[in-house]
Amino acid sequence: MSLDGIERHDYDVLVVGAGGAGIRAAIEASSAGARTALVCKSLLGKAHTVMAEGGIAAALGNVWKEDSWRVHFRDTMRGGKLLNNWRMAQLHAQEAPDRVLELEEWGALFDRTADGLILQRDFGGHRYARLAHVGDRTGLEMIRILQQHAVHRGIDVYMECNLQRLLTDGGKIAGAFGYWRESGKFVLFGARAVVLATGGVGKAWKITSNSWEYTGDGMAMALDAGADLIDMEMVQFHPTGMVWPPSVRGLLVTEGVRGDGGTLKNAQGKRFMFDYIPEFFRADTADSEREADAWYEDKKNRRTPDLLPRDEVARAINSEVKAGRGTPHGGVYLDIASRRSPDYIKKRLPSMYHQFKELADVDITAAPMEVGPTCHYIMGGVRVDPETAAATVPGLFAAGEVAAGMHGANRLGGNSLSDLLVFGRRAGAGAAAYASRINARAIDDAQVEASARAMLAPFEGEGPENPYSVHADLQDTMQSLVGIIRTEAELAQAVQKLDELGQRLERVTVEGNRQFNPGWHLALDLRSMLTISTAVARSALTRQESRGGHTRDDYPKTDPEWGKKNVVTRKQGGALQISTEPLPQIPEELRQLVLAEEKAQPGGVK
Amino acid sequence: MTESEATRQATMSLWRGDKEGGRYETYTVPTDEGMVVLDVIHKIQALRAPDLAVRWNCKAGKCGSCSAEINGKARLMCMTRMNTFEPGESITVAPMKTFPIIKDLVTDVSYNYEKAKEVPAFKPKPKEADGTRRMYQEDVDRVQEFHKCIECFLCQDTCHVIRDHEENKKAFAGPRLFVRYAALEMHPLDSNDRMELLRAKAGLGFCNITKCCTEVCPEDIHITDNAIIPLKERIVTEFYDPLAWVKRRVMGQRSTQPGKGEPEPPSAKA
Repeated sequence: MSLDGIERHDYDVLVVGAGGAGIRAAIEASSAGARTALVCKSLLGKAHTVMAEGGIAAALGNVWKEDSWRVHFRDTMRGGKLLNNWRMAQLHAQEAPDRVLELEEWGALFDRTADGLILQRDFGGHRYARLAHVGDRTGLEMIRILQQHAVHRGIDVYMECNLQRLLTDGGKIAGAFGYWRESGKFVLFGARAVVLATGGVGKAWKITSNSWEYTGDGMAMALDAGADLIDMEMVQFHPTGMVWPPSVRGLLVTEGVRGDGGTLKNAQGKRFMFDYIPEFFRADTADSEREADAWYEDKKNRRTPDLLPRDEVARAINSEVKAGRGTPHGGVYLDIASRRSPDYIKKRLPSMYHQFKELADVDITAAPMEVGPTCHYIMGGVRVDPETAAATVPGLFAAGEVAAGMHGANRLGGNSLSDLLVFGRRAGAGAAAYASRINARAIDDAQVEASARAMLAPFEGEGPENPYSVHADLQDTMQSLVGIIRTEAELAQAVQKLDELGQRLERVTVEGNRQFNPGWHLALDLRSMLTISTAVARSALTRQESRGGHTRDDYPKTDPEWGKKNVVTRKQGGALQISTEPLPQIPEELRQLVLAEEKAQPGGVK
Repeated sequence: MTESEATRQATMSLWRGDKEGGRYETYTVPTDEGMVVLDVIHKIQALRAPDLAVRWNCKAGKCGSCSAEINGKARLMCMTRMNTFEPGESITVAPMKTFPIIKDLVTDVSYNYEKAKEVPAFKPKPKEADGTRRMYQEDVDRVQEFHKCIECFLCQDTCHVIRDHEENKKAFAGPRLFVRYAALEMHPLDSNDRMELLRAKAGLGFCNITKCCTEVCPEDIHITDNAIIPLKERIVTEFYDPLAWVKRRVMGQRSTQPGKGEPEPPSAKA
């Protein structure tokens, strides 16, 4: 195969993925003087960030002046069950306010407090009302402002371009190779540094809030290039997805519903979350309905258990439904109608109002919603250096959902958008600085040829398999065997089934030609989805305890020894290797801050 | 919902082809309760036509990717419920007509991205003395309406200035971009001036306020009343008001912009 006809572009920094992290990284790299390209699988402005609803967590202190980065840091570490990379959590809490104010400098219009500052809303696991927001469409505001800022900076954007392989030169990043969705033609990028901002792998589950794009390709490319992944067993099931009708099952219902006063009830009308307060959060959580309801207005009260971290709430809903106290469609009720006025609900939650009205014929100002857990986010991903977001392969950087460490075993709501901004910026700066120090590396034709051949293989197959049925079976497997509650037997079965699916994928044949062919695109995406799903299942099999987004029915307790370890995934000789390594140790002063009981702080005021 | 509805079949005609040409193909697939048009399209992909090209992302009316013309109406496929059609009603899905075809239901919408590049950027005023940026909810409400835009480009698709007049695209930004201009012009903190551009290059004058764009907006943005008409009024004030013209010639100043927060005192102007 000749490479002569292949379209080629050369840059200092190549950013892969154009959600919040990718665009923010590109803006930073470009500001630092790096020639920067931004590549995305969809059109610009359509990445998953656009769907984020509730807000951006940042200790601005506009609503509760008692808030500070220390409280935010403590909440984040506790929410992550202390598996977080402490330094990432610290940088995140310290820098998030500046990143939010920067969006305002670029034209964002957040909802306002009475004295004209950015309003902040309550969310799960956050001690104070902390989320800067725009109704329940914060992600749209964020991505649009970032997108417009990037366009005005003149950053080159390559839309509907799908990269399949990172190219290396002596184990260091040299570029990336992929195809245009529109034409199916190949495209090659030479780059001194690559920032991965490709998001997660939620499309491997059946009930999911994720779109077609979330197929783990960034993680799979990083593995192939020799990078480490960590914490792959840590998958977040958002407690509140729609459950009815079937066609919308999994669609996200923002935590803002509970942040703004909504409460979870079982079929008997009971506010069941009071029965599920874990020891770890008992001191921080209200134990009566009266105290819980008073917390919204007065933070001297303890937080309502409806706003425990997502892993806790998702497990509680799962248990209620299993115990036969679920709704007719297998969820629980989320009720804001009986607790807030219709005007308030429509003003604060316009998208939720619209979504239920249009898609489920439910008026949320008059009736409760039916909700249940939906696969939402993966805390695991590419292991990175906290300061620069550098991966373990020279020249490779990662930010946002594709990266790991920041959220530990469970991410708090609102900490994703802030993560994208804080570490998107750091990754862009890190990549630009790295690129300025090195010469352009050589592209290895053999790597390009091998990748091109692999991409075209599904057209030449004669096997009977259809990519859509392989995908459906993958989603069934992950949903039933690698879900919220896991066991050794089921995880082992999942690993075996994933192996069989891999063999079936070899026999997939795609119809049609290379021009905008979703069947072909899915066949290619399935490779990364299967690799990353296997990393998730095998990591889950390895961690013999329950913590955050990883619950083992056969190891129901949190084990302090496992709390000192990351599960690491690498690829060696084409095979995945799973091992454990020590977690970076938190300095004593910060450890005390995290473990201190809030009671010790009179009135919660620091 | 009835049992028969839950198990019934859907028949849909989809435009299949590319820029060389194409035709409608009819598919029948089983449906579930609550399905939207995009669900049926996905079923058709999985069961009948694996290479059927369609754009989509969020499937919740938030990203604006799955725009098409359903029975001749510009709509999002993910927000069009199957039960809004009569039983047995024929359903036809075509790509947006205003943009060049790429393949099947996918069109080349780069026109919109090119026009967005021409919009002069947001340029904030200096901060308050205390280093904050104070804005009040009542002042941001109307701009937040414009920020709801999900860039589905259905308003562009339905705008007759460009729908049947490719030649107008060169000097016409279209309703989506007018909403963007309005958002910037009415932003309480913005200090940039886009009026001359809007009048000349963006072609606001081409719009004769038939409100087709407003009718198709899935976000219910009052594009004509709240964005386009106020912009037209500003242009009239800026360029055709004889008093403002004399003032500009004599004083070398821009006229004040009504409605853009509090008018700045003359001394504060460049």
